Amino acid sequence: MMSEKAVDVRKLEEIANRTRINVVKMIARSGIGHLGGSVSIAEILAVLYFHEMRIDPKNPDWEDRDRFVLSKGHGCPALYATFAEVGFIPKDMLMTLHEIDSPLQMHPERGLCPGIEMSTGALGQGLSTAVGMALGARLKGKTFRVYALVGCGECHEGQIWEAAMFAAKNKLDNLVAIIDYNKFALSGRTQEVMPLEPLYDKWVAFGWHVIEANGHSVSQLINALDEARTIKGKPTFIIAHTVKGRNISYIEDTWPSHSVQMTAEQVGSTLAELGCPKEEIKAALAQMKEYK
Amino acid sequence: MSQRLAPRDVLGQTLTELGQENPNIVVLDADFWPASKIAAFKDRFPDRFIEVGIAEQNMMGIAAGLSTVGFTCFASTLCVFCSRRACDQVTTSIALPRLNVKILALYAGLYVGKNGASHQALEDIAIMRSIANMTVVQPADALETQAVLRFAAEYDGPMYIRVGRDPRPATVPADYKFRLGKALTLRDGKDVTLIACGDTVENTLAAAAALSKKGVEARVINMSSIKPIDEQAIVEAAEETGKIVTVDNHNIIGGLGSAVCEVVSEKMPVRVKRIGVKDIFGKSGTNAQMEERFGLRAQDIEDEVMSFLGN
Repeated sequence: MMSEKAVDVRKLEEIANRTRINVVKMIARSGIGHLGGSVSIAEILAVLYFHEMRIDPKNPDWEDRDRFVLSKGHGCPALYATFAEVGFIPKDMLMTLHEIDSPLQMHPERGLCPGIEMSTGALGQGLSTAVGMALGARLKGKTFRVYALVGCGECHEGQIWEAAMFAAKNKLDNLVAIIDYNKFALSGRTQEVMPLEPLYDKWVAFGWHVIEANGHSVSQLINALDEARTIKGKPTFIIAHTVKGRNISYIEDTWPSHSVQMTAEQVGSTLAELGCPKEEIKAALAQMKEYK
Repeated sequence: MSQRLAPRDVLGQTLTELGQENPNIVVLDADFWPASKIAAFKDRFPDRFIEVGIAEQNMMGIAAGLSTVGFTCFASTLCVFCSRRACDQVTTSIALPRLNVKILALYAGLYVGKNGASHQALEDIAIMRSIANMTVVQPADALETQAVLRFAAEYDGPMYIRVGRDPRPATVPADYKFRLGKALTLRDGKDVTLIACGDTVENTLAAAAALSKKGVEARVINMSSIKPIDEQAIVEAAEETGKIVTVDNHNIIGGLGSAVCEVVSEKMPVRVKRIGVKDIFGKSGTNAQMEERFGLRAQDIEDEVMSFLGN
């Protein structure tokens, strides 16, 4: 079992790294994109889609699937890259990111692309919709679970706390909310923009079971999600401590990493740092030049 | 239905009937059910009655999420909070993905039981009809309210249903079936067309009766489907009667009158007079005081029409 788990961890880490590589390529070609908050959620998405969630790659609309709502919708380049890895969409679709008629809009739109459970992008709204899905599962007698990923700046929105109260009141133990706690909003550190601390205590006070984890450690994320499955009568909130711009050395843990335009040099060096093969880097740079 | 009944008075019974027919119907409430008169549904189907507290934005999101699992959701509270408060949630979580959520918006326009400006929705039609994928409907009486709810339970997509608080006389026929995008002509006439919806239908009909005594035959149209609007009925009215008067329980900017003008100006330009709230906030007061202050009495409508016709 131990060796199987070790293999699993490495596989998930590789998937997360491929997600980062794809996100860089996609944003490089588009010319602009939410890089920092996409790469900070690479491990969370890898663990959810390749370990935790009950999904059928051949049938994205399977009635009994687990649901995932990217409440921080701007992180969707990483979600799209994960969809391509899962097989919901073809890999070459990734390079249409942000094109006017692409299913891969800058914020996710339900119905445009398989796997998108909810239109998000206006921050604060996705968690409420996930709460509705979790309640719907109970009303229908279904066993599927619902996962929502919120941003830290997003928790400035009052609607997050409305959803938190409702989920606790209704004992939605089939709901897990994860925060990508990279501690940055668009304009600076959340501690300066609008402090969230004590975040752990706040969610406990709102009636949730709260777990802290390193959001870049797949094993810690797996353990947190395992623990969430054991909790009855309460929703679970996982504080995933992350780094905005993770593994993109020139923007890591900086606030200008929110929405970026990358130069060819930055794309080349970043992809090389991520271990991307030379031919792929060459192709990415060519696509970048061609599209512009 | 000859007695005066408030549109809201039939919500509980009608929703309960629909809930019996369809196990996928759920009702969401933001701490307003005693005033919405939907207690019958709450009592009959406690599991399918979802109380969110005073959190309208959250209510819209929860309704959106429930609809993705196969529920037909009626999300209900005051018009002002459905529209002004939860505008972005209605837009992004409901209209953009075109989800099956019916916004049951109560206390239309000026008639809010002395609650005053903070509770008077004079902007909601303008807000809702400018949201893509959204439909906007206001029934004129209790019978039409039942018909609209029956339609809504079958219709797959978002609707904004604006429901009046206070009693109105029956104006639609007993066998009436609501059709989205179809107006109902309540009275025929050749001299002018009066177009109303919801609460203003009553006084508009009374004004038409008074005008008839003065030799002015007014056509009266109940435009309960505000979006999509019945373009054909408007174009025919413009062609056949030459002049149109609209009567809004709403700001004249963006309401029914604006919707009619959009059609007239593009398809069959004729002069239009918009009666309604003239870009000012409401006040506390009785319905009679509202009508007097904002010029919505039958006499006011009659006077405006006579002046508009040059008499």
